[in-house]
Amino acid sequence: METYTLVILTLAATLRVATPLLLAAIGAMFSERSGVIDLALEGKMLGAAFASAAVSAISGSAWLGLLAGIGASVLLALVNAFATVTHRGNQVVASMAINIAVSGLGPTLGLAWFNIGGQTPQLDAPGQRFAEIVWPGAAAARHVPIVGLIYAEILSGHNLIVYGAAALVPVAAWVLYRSRFGLRLRAVGENPLAVDTAGISVNGLRYQAMIISGVLCGVAGTYLSTAASASFVRDMTAGKGYLALAAVIFGKWKPYPTLGACLLFAFTDALASRLQGVALPVVGVIPVQFILALPYVLTVLLLAGFVGRAVAPRAIGVPYSKDK
Amino acid sequence: MSAPRSLPRWADVTLLPLIGLAAALVISAGIIALLGESPWQAMKLMVSGSFGTQDAIGYSFYYATNFMFTGLAVAVAYHAGLFNIGAEGQAYIGGLFSGLVCLGLGKWPFWAVMPVAVLAGAAGGGLWAFVPAWLQAKRGSHVVITTIMFNFLASATMTYLLVNILIAPGQQSPETREFADHATMPAIHELLAKVGITYASSPWNLAFVLALLAGAAVWVFLWRTRWGYELRVAGENPSAAVYAGVSPARVTIIAMVLSGALAGCLGLNELMGSQHRIVIDFPAGAGFVGIAVALMGRNHPVGIFFAAVLFGALYQGGSQLTFDMPKINRDMVVVIQGLVILACGAMENVFRRPLAMLFAKRRRDSGPTS
Amino acid sequence: MASDPTVPAAPALELRGIDKRFGAVHANRNLNLRIAAGSVHGLIGENGAGKSTLMNIVYGFHRADQGEILVGGKVVDIRSPQDAIAAGIGMVHQHFMLVDNFTVLENVVLGVEGGRTLTHGMERARRELERLARDHGLEVPLDAPIDSLPVGLQQRVEILKALYRGAEILILDEPTAVLTPREADLLFQMLRQLRGQGKTVVLVTHKLREIMAITDRVTVMRQGAIVAETETAVTSPRDLAEKMVGRAVSLQVQKTPARPGKPLLSVRDLEVRDAANVPRVRGVSFELRAGEIVGLAGVSGNGQSELLEALAGTGPVFKGEIEMSGRRLVAGELGPRERRRLGLAHVPEDRLRLGAVAAFSAQDNAILGHQRAAAYNRGVLLDRPGILEGCERKMQTFDVRPPNPRQRFATFSGGNQQKLVLAREVEADPSVLLIGQPTRGVDIGAIEFIHRRLVELRDAGKALLVVSVELDEILGLADRILVMNGGEIVGELDRRDATEEKIGLLMAGIREEKR
Repeated sequence: METYTLVILTLAATLRVATPLLLAAIGAMFSERSGVIDLALEGKMLGAAFASAAVSAISGSAWLGLLAGIGASVLLALVNAFATVTHRGNQVVASMAINIAVSGLGPTLGLAWFNIGGQTPQLDAPGQRFAEIVWPGAAAARHVPIVGLIYAEILSGHNLIVYGAAALVPVAAWVLYRSRFGLRLRAVGENPLAVDTAGISVNGLRYQAMIISGVLCGVAGTYLSTAASASFVRDMTAGKGYLALAAVIFGKWKPYPTLGACLLFAFTDALASRLQGVALPVVGVIPVQFILALPYVLTVLLLAGFVGRAVAPRAIGVPYSKDK
Repeated sequence: MSAPRSLPRWADVTLLPLIGLAAALVISAGIIALLGESPWQAMKLMVSGSFGTQDAIGYSFYYATNFMFTGLAVAVAYHAGLFNIGAEGQAYIGGLFSGLVCLGLGKWPFWAVMPVAVLAGAAGGGLWAFVPAWLQAKRGSHVVITTIMFNFLASATMTYLLVNILIAPGQQSPETREFADHATMPAIHELLAKVGITYASSPWNLAFVLALLAGAAVWVFLWRTRWGYELRVAGENPSAAVYAGVSPARVTIIAMVLSGALAGCLGLNELMGSQHRIVIDFPAGAGFVGIAVALMGRNHPVGIFFAAVLFGALYQGGSQLTFDMPKINRDMVVVIQGLVILACGAMENVFRRPLAMLFAKRRRDSGPTS
Repeated sequence: MASDPTVPAAPALELRGIDKRFGAVHANRNLNLRIAAGSVHGLIGENGAGKSTLMNIVYGFHRADQGEILVGGKVVDIRSPQDAIAAGIGMVHQHFMLVDNFTVLENVVLGVEGGRTLTHGMERARRELERLARDHGLEVPLDAPIDSLPVGLQQRVEILKALYRGAEILILDEPTAVLTPREADLLFQMLRQLRGQGKTVVLVTHKLREIMAITDRVTVMRQGAIVAETETAVTSPRDLAEKMVGRAVSLQVQKTPARPGKPLLSVRDLEVRDAANVPRVRGVSFELRAGEIVGLAGVSGNGQSELLEALAGTGPVFKGEIEMSGRRLVAGELGPRERRRLGLAHVPEDRLRLGAVAAFSAQDNAILGHQRAAAYNRGVLLDRPGILEGCERKMQTFDVRPPNPRQRFATFSGGNQQKLVLAREVEADPSVLLIGQPTRGVDIGAIEFIHRRLVELRDAGKALLVVSVELDEILGLADRILVMNGGEIVGELDRRDATEEKIGLLMAGIREEKR
């Protein structure tokens, strides 16, 4: 029973870790499908984490915080689009610029506005954070063997953003495969010239896709600072943006496989914190760094074609221009 | 071919990066003003903080040394058509290698330790770049993504090694024991003292000279040897490289290994020259500064030297700023760094097109001269 | 769309005073053109005459600087392909505008999905396409991914795309460039049928044969201007050719009969397969002798390019043997660099893709492929002064203008680029020269210069293989002509016996009966 509880708790933690990954990864799926490399997930999430925590701290409303987070992230996405789509700048360079600028900007503004070493104040008043939603009867269900714990820990007890992220995947799949926008999006990442000659604006589609990614990264960042924790701290994304991108690649730019990759990566993370310092039979203590490095190793192996094959949208990374 | 995009070469290498820098600085000034400080005052503090005193200059050049190594690393890969985001991880592993040499060869004299440490640093960085390069050349995985992954792998590996294996006994923070005295880089002020010049003490050390030599070597290699020529051909036009009998896959590997080797030399300055032990996260983002430096320096060693000194000054001046302006900390420098990458790299075309039109107009106005 | 039947029909498409410049290039000069409804109208001209620019303007892909477009007698403002489609204009581009990993159906509905969701639109499109297939004989597997279809079918999808969008005017830009003769015949049949149903077809091409075969009227363009327009029935290929080139066609290069010496290059049973393991060159054998120019003719895409690259060492070889300078090379033995050392020179078909680095200076391009030669190196370093001097010399002997070794390669005109590449390859004093499309994108003046040079090289005892899709060029230069079709050499003709008709038949894959 003890092991069972541990397993359930690890799975519940997996869901919590997977949420921001999934939001950002689905965002990246859209922009990458449109043909723009989305390395700026990290910066967009971090910017949103700061903006939402700051606004929530000042206004006392997590919802206003969410709005601010989305706003900040979309703004960054627009800067990125202006540089790479309108002016055909190098997509990798633009993304890195955003990531670096934001990693400095958050603490700079934080210091100036709140004067506590670049952080934002603790969000401890009610309404400043996205609280966990406890489903009816969760406490009682806990005592029901097996299923009770699943209900209480895995289904119940998450905040709104977690449930939102779970609902996002089927929506994203529908948009990508069943809507006009999705068809055009998939086309523009493969052959923008074909889209242009079909009378559709290539730049328009890419802007839309990048704004979608901005919105989703905004929610992901908000989750980090106002749901998973209670303030913004320096570099709090800690590579989650890159991990999310790895998940998209691992998921072959498709919604459900991307979900799978996010859960897998989140599981390794949850497992790592669970196994910290724990001696396992046979292998002994596994250094936590090795488990944390697993997603990166897996992605490298996948990209190299040692496990499966990931084929990127054909036009990805190439600025579109009519005259070649 | 879109005609109005071509600029005279001198404008392309000087004017364009300067305009980009100016744009980045103007936006930064706006942010400083927004924080309620005077941008003008901040600028003055930065300049005096970085070049005002002997030790300030020393610190500026000490930081610049790191950025020269990583900037050169990014540039060499760039000329082969590769974007090396992995200089951070390569510097980390390279530093480990040269640090281990310094720890292990503590009984050797300096002039014997140093070359081994240089080779070890280059080998470590080169090795960490070789794997992504090999994967791109032979397996088709993109070097941008793999090098990012390798940054994380380097970080995980180093944390593990420092926390569990290399940590000095009785030590709380994850760092090794100190290197022996003659396994460290002599500081510039010590060297100057030997020839009778007194100079304020700073971590500016002999690695700076190595970085200058590396810059010269990169220049000779890229523009004065057939191998550099082949590397640049492959970077500009892989099909033409095949035509010229050059294997683009081979060039990818060679360029990345050289790039990693240059990044791997960062430990010579940071560990051997300043910290005198292997510490956690010593590259501290220098790999990413290298991107800004390379872009601003137009991927040319001379430009990289100036850009590295500029960023060295920003880092040093930025830490001075923190003392005098309580609302500003060193993170502001990171903001400027990001903005420089944006303005000199990603948004280059925003400035290039109007500038090119200006030149075209001037040429028309002055009439045909030939 | 429904025009009044009592009034004489306005032209389906009329262009008035179209003018377009790209920087210094005057691509279209005040063009006026009327295309009758229900006709097949040919637009012919050399490469670079401005045909494609004009059609891209009509399709809204480029904007004209001046002039107006009338469809069915009404002025329409075409700013984007969307506007062109709305005006009933469809275009089949030379390079297909298809998404390779989409199905035929998805490609057809892209841009005209008929609503925010796909389900209904796709169903309607399926029914409509099945109808089009029945009515026009345009059968295609609707659910097959594009990249699984042969080129001819892909082109059919492009036509279907246009028809599905309600195109009344169909523009085809060099549609046969990638087709086998059989596929081209099928295409022409289809176009005739469309004309029979009242559609208007504009056929853009530089091939006289096609104009004669299918068009009702023909417009000839030269250097951005319209130089002639006539009923096809009252003109002749010779007449059209003269108008295209702007003078009596005598691409007959001045030269004496060849005196072939010993073989310098022998090819035996060469086979080339592409990445998909499809044979592109099949069992090709021939010899190239000192002091002769061998012309390799064929419709583009019949294996000439692959053969050329296989010989040069830049492309793969599946099996077979090449013998040069006494060395036998089995399959892909030796790369381009080693073959150069054996006395082989290669002027590639696409100089900007293969033969040069556009961003480099002229002098850096003047050593491409020879960068390891002792002449350009001093110890470990490149001999910069020597390279500069060498480039100046090459520019002088080949009359490259401007003679500035420091100027970026991309900023030279096509003719001067080609002269520089040729100079570089000749300078190394090779015994065998492989030359692909020697005058593609080259102005008339430079063509004569280059042709003269090639003949001089022949007279100096070199062996030359000239690959060209321009029949006139082959007939003008070659002493002996090989014709390729479907990856095989289907015929060999001595220049004295060769006529355009004979070569044409061979290019179409029709072999002479063995006598």
